[in-house]
Amino acid sequence: MFTDDAGKGGIAAGGPGNSENSMRRTGGDLVQLITPAGERISHPEFDPWLQDVSDEQLCALYEDMVVIRRIDAEATALQRQGELALWPPLLGQEASQIGSARALREDDFVFPSYRDNGVAYCRGVKPEDLVRAWRGNASAGWDPFTVNVATQQIIIGAQSLHATGYAMGIQNDGADCVAVAYFGDGATSEGDVNEAMVFAASFQAPVVFICQNNHWAISEPVRLQSHIQLADRASGFGIPSMRVDGNDVLAVMAATRIALDRARRGGGPTFIEAVTYRMGPHTTADDPTRYRDANELEDWAAKDPISRMKSLLERKGLLTADLEAAVAAQADAVAKELRAGTINMPEPQPLDIFKHVYSTPNSWLDRQQEHYSRYLASFGDPAEAASEEGAR
Amino acid sequence: MIKEFRLPDLGEGLTESEIVAWKVAVGDTVTLNQIIAEVETAKAVVELPSPFAGVVAALHEQPGTVVEVGKPIVSFEIEGDDGAAGSAGADGAAAGKREPNLVGYGAVLEASGRPARRARTFAAPAAPPAVAAEPVASVRAAEPAAPVRAAGPAETQPVETTPATTAGDMSPGERPRSTPPVRKLAKDLGVDLEAVTGTGERGLITRDDVLNFVGGGELPAAAQEPAGATAQAAWLVQAPGERETRTPIKGVRKFTAAAMVASAFTAPHVTEFLTVDVTPTMELLARLKASRAFAGYKLTPLTLVSKAVLIALRNHPTLNARWDEANQEIVQFNYVNLGIAAATPRGLTVPNIKDADRMSLMDLSSALTELTDTARAGKTSPEALSGGTISITNIGVFGIDAGTPILNPGEAAILALGAVRKMPWEYKDEVALRQVMTLSLSFDHRLVDGEQGSRFLQDLGAMLADPGMVLAMV
Repeated sequence: MFTDDAGKGGIAAGGPGNSENSMRRTGGDLVQLITPAGERISHPEFDPWLQDVSDEQLCALYEDMVVIRRIDAEATALQRQGELALWPPLLGQEASQIGSARALREDDFVFPSYRDNGVAYCRGVKPEDLVRAWRGNASAGWDPFTVNVATQQIIIGAQSLHATGYAMGIQNDGADCVAVAYFGDGATSEGDVNEAMVFAASFQAPVVFICQNNHWAISEPVRLQSHIQLADRASGFGIPSMRVDGNDVLAVMAATRIALDRARRGGGPTFIEAVTYRMGPHTTADDPTRYRDANELEDWAAKDPISRMKSLLERKGLLTADLEAAVAAQADAVAKELRAGTINMPEPQPLDIFKHVYSTPNSWLDRQQEHYSRYLASFGDPAEAASEEGAR
Repeated sequence: MIKEFRLPDLGEGLTESEIVAWKVAVGDTVTLNQIIAEVETAKAVVELPSPFAGVVAALHEQPGTVVEVGKPIVSFEIEGDDGAAGSAGADGAAAGKREPNLVGYGAVLEASGRPARRARTFAAPAAPPAVAAEPVASVRAAEPAAPVRAAGPAETQPVETTPATTAGDMSPGERPRSTPPVRKLAKDLGVDLEAVTGTGERGLITRDDVLNFVGGGELPAAAQEPAGATAQAAWLVQAPGERETRTPIKGVRKFTAAAMVASAFTAPHVTEFLTVDVTPTMELLARLKASRAFAGYKLTPLTLVSKAVLIALRNHPTLNARWDEANQEIVQFNYVNLGIAAATPRGLTVPNIKDADRMSLMDLSSALTELTDTARAGKTSPEALSGGTISITNIGVFGIDAGTPILNPGEAAILALGAVRKMPWEYKDEVALRQVMTLSLSFDHRLVDGEQGSRFLQDLGAMLADPGMVLAMV
């Protein structure tokens, strides 16, 4: 599998000089700055973008990854306990999400897919808001404009159009912020993503396409979807691309910074392929053992983004007992907050369904709402009836 | 205090799951999110994490039981009244008001005290009696009687619910309700859904309904307890030495059954037998085993017969084909993906060796060994299970002589190898003790005529009776 080389064999095979012989392998080399063993590899083009990353920031990146893995595990458990209808685990993709999200500026705007809960966490979405929609209690978990993160897109790739449109709006405003679209490998096969890239290139819009190639579009392997590397698809649109080890938080961060800088300077869109792996199921309703080889999972477990970061911190003498205790405590606290917030979440009320349809009054909707109120009132005390309906 | 954990909907819209195994026992202390059970849904085998920290007070269901979503499966003794652990969905008291639906426990079934309110206005969408009758009934029984208004209608409403539901569903001209996979199954089996009675929710025709219709069986009725049994004391029914054991049809068994029924009812099977003196092949086998070139390879009669099948197919490609009903075409495969029936821990599977026709005997031998080892370990990949073009089943390993194998769906032929036995046999005009094997070949008579099947079997027999015949065939 031609895209399976992320981090394989450390420096020798996975470093900047990586050159796997494959007829279909046409793109640039995979950029890796931290090997699976935790060695820091220097890279002339990427290193300058990481010069400001201090030891404290390295530790913070580590903490972020541990915390979102914990959020992910807790949410998966909550689904198994009947508290959530569904959950799309991000296990294995922590570095791709943290590395990119921590490179963003506050006024940049993120258009995420359903799996990008780590990105949303970094942007300040509260733990229980991450699961609000997955519990079925709301159509969306948060107000996009308070955290500059759009609601998670379920339709594959549709958010890339929104991102390009937003980026064109930024151009009109003359601002220097950037729209960032997150999607997966499967989305690159969708019309929406292709259209978004056409428009982004035509208008040289300040948008960054971050493709987390996790190798599986539900049960379809990436090798069936593309005979060239996904990063190479961008060149067909005239969009510069980078292909980085998505399990390497620093490589992802540097690539994102390069892309953001280009966009802010009017250099147009960039496509980043973060080569990673979905170690869990597509969602909690999926059983990956039915379609993928257990060996594949083992291979990728050896390239785990968190253990890699841990090894790097260890080599640098930063992995103290204090740090580990603090990180574990933070993960525990967030998990506890998530659980409490989930199981104590108020049930939605029947009339809530009318709340977020239009931003301005709409006579049709008002009429429907009025009918429904009267219908509810036919049961007696409207408030009581409403609360019962809501409880249903 | 005691808290119950009710089986949640583990994948969007499931109604039941099977308890595969308990990972804890009564009396065990468990932590929050500790894995307490393994559960198999229609979609996946998943691990259930404990929603509480506490002591396991009771396991309500045995491993192997299929449990309806929403039924309590385990109870915990929890210290105090820990707010963090007190989840609404898992809390026994609160759960009484809740009914599993498409999105887990998102909704509460009824507001307490007014059980029939919904029936008055929501006759059709109310929980269907067939599925939810029991939980609803128990919930209602457990609740205090409705104290206020609507008490009168409450008594009568449940009775009215059923006819209302039926009337709403059976609007004239509507086709029978079923799901796409079931319609496909019915089409494959040539079943007219109009003739099938649905036993599912609101008359939904289920897979079982179609299969029962084909089998002519009355499974649903038979599955119920005989009327007499109810009169007997409970201990008598459960007494040791039960006269029959009832195992629910599910998992691989269910899929195997569907595949076999589909195959048996679509492809007209013909089976032919040929008994061959395979002594020369067994001698060849012994020589190959002793040869240095094959050191480390696992050679069996199956290896050589597989090779002979691959050689014989070159002259008889019609047996390596597929009847494509949808496109009204016969697909002739110019490669051979050789399926080998394997008994695995999960039941019968038929993984296949891709492009077996291009393999040397050594490669074939390695591939066979790997295939059987992988299958036995239960690790066969889905890819290995699809795309087969012809299959072999080795019933000889069970000491069986011959059989009438059923085609692996989509394939035109399957060969059963009998046991190699020493038997008195005609040899050079005398009776001698020879090693004899019976080959049983089933083929799809839509694609393969008796002549083609017979000639293939004859060539195969000729090679096994005299491996030198290969020189005349390739």
